[in-house]
Amino acid sequence: MTGMPFLSLAIWIPILGGLLVLATGSDRNAPLARSLSLLVALAGFAVTIPLFTQFDTSTSAMQFAEFLPWIPRFNINYHLGVDGISVLFVLLNAFITIMVVIAGWQVIQEKVAQYMAAFLIMSGLMNGIFSALDGILFYVFFEASLIPLYLVIGIWGGANRVYAAIKFFLYTLLGSLLMLIALLYLFMEAGGSFSILDWHKLPLAMPAQTLVFWAFLIAFAVKVPMWPVHTWLPDAHVEAPTGGSVVLAAIALKLGAYGFLRFSLPIVPDASQAMAPMMIALSLIAVIYIGFVALVQTDMKKLVAYSSISHMGFVTLGFFMFNAIGLEGALVQMISHGFVSGAMFLCIGVLYDRMHTRNIADYGGVVKTMPKFAAFFMLFAMANAGLPGTSGFIGEFMVILGAVKFNFWVGFGAAITLILGAAYTLWMYKRVVFGVVGNSHVAELEDIGAREFAFLGILALSVLAMGLYPFPFTEVMHASVNELLRHVAVSKL
Amino acid sequence: MNFVVPDFYPAAAEILVAVMALVIMLASTFARRVASDLAYGLTQLTLVFAALVCVLVSPNLLAAVAAVISEVPLFGVRLAEIVMGLAEGYAANEVVATFSGMFIGDMLGGLLKVFSLLAVSVALLYGRGYLADRKVDRPEYYLLSLLMSLGMMVMISANHMLSLYMGLEMMSLSLYGMVAFDRESSRSTEAAMKYFVLGALASGLLLYGMSMIYGATGSLELSGIAQSIYHQAANKTVLVFGLVFVVAGVAFKLGVVPFHMWVPDVYQGAPTAVTLMISSAPKLAAFAMAMRLLVYGLFELADQWQSMLMFLAVLSIVLGNLAAIAQSNIKRMLAYSGISHMGFVLLGLLAGVVDGDRNFALNAYSSAMFYAVSYVIMSLASFGMVILLSRAGFEAETIDDFKGLNKRNSWFAALMMIVMFSMAGIPFFIGFFAKLSVLQAVVAAGYVWLAVVAVLMSVIGAFYYLRVVKVMYFDEPTDTAPIRAQGEVRFLLSANGLAIAVLGLLPQGLMSLCAYALLASL
Repeated sequence: MTGMPFLSLAIWIPILGGLLVLATGSDRNAPLARSLSLLVALAGFAVTIPLFTQFDTSTSAMQFAEFLPWIPRFNINYHLGVDGISVLFVLLNAFITIMVVIAGWQVIQEKVAQYMAAFLIMSGLMNGIFSALDGILFYVFFEASLIPLYLVIGIWGGANRVYAAIKFFLYTLLGSLLMLIALLYLFMEAGGSFSILDWHKLPLAMPAQTLVFWAFLIAFAVKVPMWPVHTWLPDAHVEAPTGGSVVLAAIALKLGAYGFLRFSLPIVPDASQAMAPMMIALSLIAVIYIGFVALVQTDMKKLVAYSSISHMGFVTLGFFMFNAIGLEGALVQMISHGFVSGAMFLCIGVLYDRMHTRNIADYGGVVKTMPKFAAFFMLFAMANAGLPGTSGFIGEFMVILGAVKFNFWVGFGAAITLILGAAYTLWMYKRVVFGVVGNSHVAELEDIGAREFAFLGILALSVLAMGLYPFPFTEVMHASVNELLRHVAVSKL
Repeated sequence: MNFVVPDFYPAAAEILVAVMALVIMLASTFARRVASDLAYGLTQLTLVFAALVCVLVSPNLLAAVAAVISEVPLFGVRLAEIVMGLAEGYAANEVVATFSGMFIGDMLGGLLKVFSLLAVSVALLYGRGYLADRKVDRPEYYLLSLLMSLGMMVMISANHMLSLYMGLEMMSLSLYGMVAFDRESSRSTEAAMKYFVLGALASGLLLYGMSMIYGATGSLELSGIAQSIYHQAANKTVLVFGLVFVVAGVAFKLGVVPFHMWVPDVYQGAPTAVTLMISSAPKLAAFAMAMRLLVYGLFELADQWQSMLMFLAVLSIVLGNLAAIAQSNIKRMLAYSGISHMGFVLLGLLAGVVDGDRNFALNAYSSAMFYAVSYVIMSLASFGMVILLSRAGFEAETIDDFKGLNKRNSWFAALMMIVMFSMAGIPFFIGFFAKLSVLQAVVAAGYVWLAVVAVLMSVIGAFYYLRVVKVMYFDEPTDTAPIRAQGEVRFLLSANGLAIAVLGLLPQGLMSLCAYALLASL
């Protein structure tokens, strides 16, 4: 391990780079803003590579740790570090940022600098969330990341963007402010420490654990989002521009799930165990009920949004069964969903840029005019449905395995999603891509260009690589997952 | 009876301001042609010098500043040594009372005076162009603002009911005059009338309460009152009765529910430059008044006044936030938002004593002070933006006047966005850390339910701040006139907005300054 502060670089390069992009000013300098953004995004990704290559897979301790006193008055520290659970998200985030910058290259013609800057700053803030080891530092990044996403949806979004942006903001703010109270309570209980690692060791009585669990649950459940607080997501997804949808699905949804792993399970293990039946029930409702909801959508983006909720239900299901295979499966599912849902939204973006409609009924026979695109779309749709050989399969399979181990009927319920997922994804694919050419607009479609080919190609490779050889990913998380499970099994009462 | 010459030294800044007010009055009478320029320049000079004098004569203040600076990396320690060198020979290291115990010189007062004077100075700078556009840029305005500053300073340093009342009236009377300064405007006159009548009523309540406390304790000096209550020499019933009226008077000056009725009307009716003034420095003076009366004088009754403050705080936070949603006038909206912010200040004040345990006091009161100072910084910037959008013959008053600001001027739109998010309590801005420190004090005192109410209302509050961001960023501009403002206003407003962001990234300095001030003065 070298002395380079890679985590700080991963946070601050995109943020400062974003401010620099902002300084390029008006749309006259749009080409400059675009290339500068790409440069910053690439640099931001480059500094995260050592996090993976130099990662020590044999330990569950925090690595690449950085520690600076920030606000000594309240003992708040700039404390960063990653373990096997969080490191992959930093990488995924930096990677997706590049895709988003490329995807917005031509589509965004208005306020280019602000658009790019918003995504870069958001990317830095999200890296901060995944690597913060101080409660307040985490909270600060967690909240601050709402601002750029709010602006992205509101400025570059669709017709109903204002409603969606405000709904998104207020929903998530409500959850996170209650979490703030929980953080302050833990600060008092821990004798004046905001360190998450100290909190992991803090003994708490059951009533306190239950209240803290609920405060965290509201914050994270809104973010995941879990049924029944998911209603902001379809609105936000539909109205957001392509890049916004990609970041929302690929990264932002992971924040809530990550929060469960970093806060709920280790800090209040007894309450988590006690609440597990409820959590499993909520997850199964999300998986099955939302799967049916996805089936009847007529808007492609809405369909993928509901499919995301259903897939995230899988993730929370994996967490609350407290076995290694379920938890690791959930983590793999999170990473995989990052790639796949990002790719799905990019595909829909490709269509939307040409046709300016997301209605499934407006399409049909796209394969005739866009064969290359149809091939990519096919792969991602299959991955979304959980076809073996793609990354989508690994996670779902592991979670179902864990579920069967836990209780056969839970496993059975979870397995239904494989059928549902295949049904809604492939049925949509069939209606959009196959069949006779629906109308004259489809007949005039142009196939994807080099730029689009590049980002879809990279994503396709990632999805396949992870599906065929997931070992490097699971190896990284192995030690930390086992440690987490050991920790959760010990009562804190 | 011998006449003892009082120690004038601790009151050097007050004397400077008083003398300069007289000088400016005379000078502007004789130099008629350049009267307003002269008065403005001299006023600004006086304010800045008085702030400097405050730093020098306030005990421990320089040492505290040095301690804060020494935490700055690189050359911080060296700079701190220089500041400490300055401190030698100036400030005494203890709290001093002078003028027969009517006036107290301590670090809390020193710090609050410095912030108030600077706030008045900034408010004058923002407001000057606005006044000139409306042809009311007259020397009396600057004179009144100096007298108001003097009133605030006396109030902040008061150690006696009478000096406190004197300072309060001096500040209030100057403000009544300033609200009515645009005498052509019937709205301003109406606002001034309302402000005056209600203000006089509140002063009456306060005086009534003071007289009861005097009756019960036999002392008007705050430390004497505290002594008397401590020795249980006072009649408790009369005392608590008096306390109710004192709290009502303080609540009126802070502008918290149910004594808030004047706030929205006065904020809306007053010329924006004056609204800016009312919403900034006087809040610090009102905070000082609460500290002096409740903490210095009536600390033994903390249990009683804390439960009263809790009532006021919850009502203010709930009503302020709910009513702000319904406003379409931005000055009214900011008025209601100010009410809820003052509720948060009260939250800090009420968390000082828990079941007779006073160990929470320092933490709680310094949090409240930090909140008040942060609010003043944000309030200056928000009304500064309203002034920036106004011009001759046009009042930027409704939220819709901010429509499409991002397209007209993305820099100022970004600044306003920072101010709004900061007020909503979103990090990385100072407003978040202000809320954090107050909530921390409340949770430490064991009032978790109070913290929950406060954050739930903050979510509602976020809605109307978001709406301002929404009109600036998501809507098309209806008004395409370019933004014209003098260079110094642009510069200072930018600095003010950026300060909100920078202090949000590094809030430690200001926080520890507030903590030191209370540590040295309690």
